[in-house]
Amino acid sequence: MAISKEQVTHVANLARLSFTDEELGQFTDQLSQITDMFNELQEVDTTGVAPMTHVVDLVNVLRPDEPAPANPAERDALLHNAPDAQDGYIKVPAILDNGGTDAE
Amino acid sequence: MNYFENDLTALHQALVNHDITSYDLTQQTLAALKETDQKVNGFLALNEEKALATAKAIDEKGIDPDNILAGIPIAIKDNIMTKDLKTTAASKILENFVPVYDATVMQKLYDKDLVVVGKTNMDEFAMGGSTENSAFKTTKNPWNLTKVPGGSSGGSAAVVSAGMVPVALGSDTGGSIRQPASFTGIVGMKPTYGRVSRWGLIAFGSSLDEIGPMTRSVKDNAAVLNVIAGHDVHDGTTVDQPVPDFTAGIDQGVAGLKIGLPKEYLGEGVQAEVKDAILAAADKFRELGATVEEVSLPHSQYGVAAYYIISSSEASSNLQRFDGIRYGVRTQNAKNLDDVYVNSRTEGFGPEVKRRIMLGMYSLSAGYYDAYFKKAAQVRTLMKQDFENVFKDYDLIMGPVAPTTAYGIGEDVTDPLTMYAGDVLSVPVNMAGLPGLSLPAGFAKGLPIGMQLIGQPFAETTIYKAGYAFEQATTFHQEVPTLGGND
Repeated sequence: MAISKEQVTHVANLARLSFTDEELGQFTDQLSQITDMFNELQEVDTTGVAPMTHVVDLVNVLRPDEPAPANPAERDALLHNAPDAQDGYIKVPAILDNGGTDAE
Repeated sequence: MNYFENDLTALHQALVNHDITSYDLTQQTLAALKETDQKVNGFLALNEEKALATAKAIDEKGIDPDNILAGIPIAIKDNIMTKDLKTTAASKILENFVPVYDATVMQKLYDKDLVVVGKTNMDEFAMGGSTENSAFKTTKNPWNLTKVPGGSSGGSAAVVSAGMVPVALGSDTGGSIRQPASFTGIVGMKPTYGRVSRWGLIAFGSSLDEIGPMTRSVKDNAAVLNVIAGHDVHDGTTVDQPVPDFTAGIDQGVAGLKIGLPKEYLGEGVQAEVKDAILAAADKFRELGATVEEVSLPHSQYGVAAYYIISSSEASSNLQRFDGIRYGVRTQNAKNLDDVYVNSRTEGFGPEVKRRIMLGMYSLSAGYYDAYFKKAAQVRTLMKQDFENVFKDYDLIMGPVAPTTAYGIGEDVTDPLTMYAGDVLSVPVNMAGLPGLSLPAGFAKGLPIGMQLIGQPFAETTIYKAGYAFEQATTFHQEVPTLGGND
């Protein structure tokens, strides 16, 4: 079950990644080889076997949803890692392409 | 202080007796490692100023004679969050990231007065087995500088192996503590899933990831696990179980212990010298009074396929958070918000990380979920049952950690399938959530061979006892790397 370039492009779009044509060719070959290896699992009889997503029996851990007091120092520390910030907010480019790179 | 000759017990005695201060120990450690690391490239960043200040404060407070780790230098893998100390996961996308909080394990280390000297190199986001996937540098194997140190915790392994620090922390998703420990001749423990908090560990495969200690001896390893283990309210998957003293009774021996040796772990693809070393280790255990018998883990051969589907699926979800908005590097090349996401990720992630994200997205995507993710999750159940069946009759499972000794730098990096196949003996432990230890068990052409001891959930004590007995009966761990082999 070889993977097509179109499938790789579709998955790249889901993953928010872009590839050059050359990269796309290389990824298509490699992903095909790797999924061939994945397909070996089809040999295993898993009839009636429950899928396991976790090794420990998990229970939801809940706590009351109470607002904690705002801490401006904490906010500033967090914003320090933001690529762009202004007036205590994270700044991003326009959602729609307006030809510029500014948020305004 | 020479870390080849002094274990934690000896270092602690020297600190308690005031033969050396923590400040002097830290200063000497930093001076020596700067020299050695020019050859090894194990560190991504040093924490010089703060380490010295911490050591000084510890000296002023006084070394607690009951705390074997007080004033001891330690190195930390760069995917563990350290407040105010850059944490990159060896990725360009986090090149400038300075955490605003400490991982739970860091808080626990600070509470016990350990001194963090630096952050170590790794495969980007812990994806790889050679540390060649780091965006920043290539770490060398101290036993032969033309060889890889293994990975993904290759930096932590190399700096302990080369005697730069006595202790380091690594993380293990599919072998990332045990395999580099094997390649560099040190002791590495992947604890039971849920034993150590993952709060503040940059997530790769959340149902598989575990933090663990990397040391030169089994007893030192147990002493460090004592400190980092335990329930954490910040990590709902940590198990609320009492943490035993892992060093207590470590010298009780293996008489009467039943050890299983899976036939699948010595099969095709395992290097002859590795197989011989493990068979010799089995004889050593018999000599020491244990029973060693052949057992079977029939689904082992499917481990790599199932692991790469599950770990990549979890990774593709976990790594969605890196989008250039709130932290990390944002592309300079964006006209709109979607460009920020796509271009930041495309420019920020390296090829292996992109490959894993793509594999994960594909395995989870509509039309493929049942054939890939669900099938792998079912095979995972069967793999866990394989272990449960063996553990009905045996206390431990032994085998190699990796099919081969360390390979050459550049040898495998272009072929993902060859690289993935090397994980065949280490991934089953993560899939089943079990504890696994790597310890030195021989050499082939000057390169270390690691033995793996696998235990039942939360039976780290049994593993350490057997590891300690083997270590005391052999001399492999006393060998010192040459830092040679460079052209």
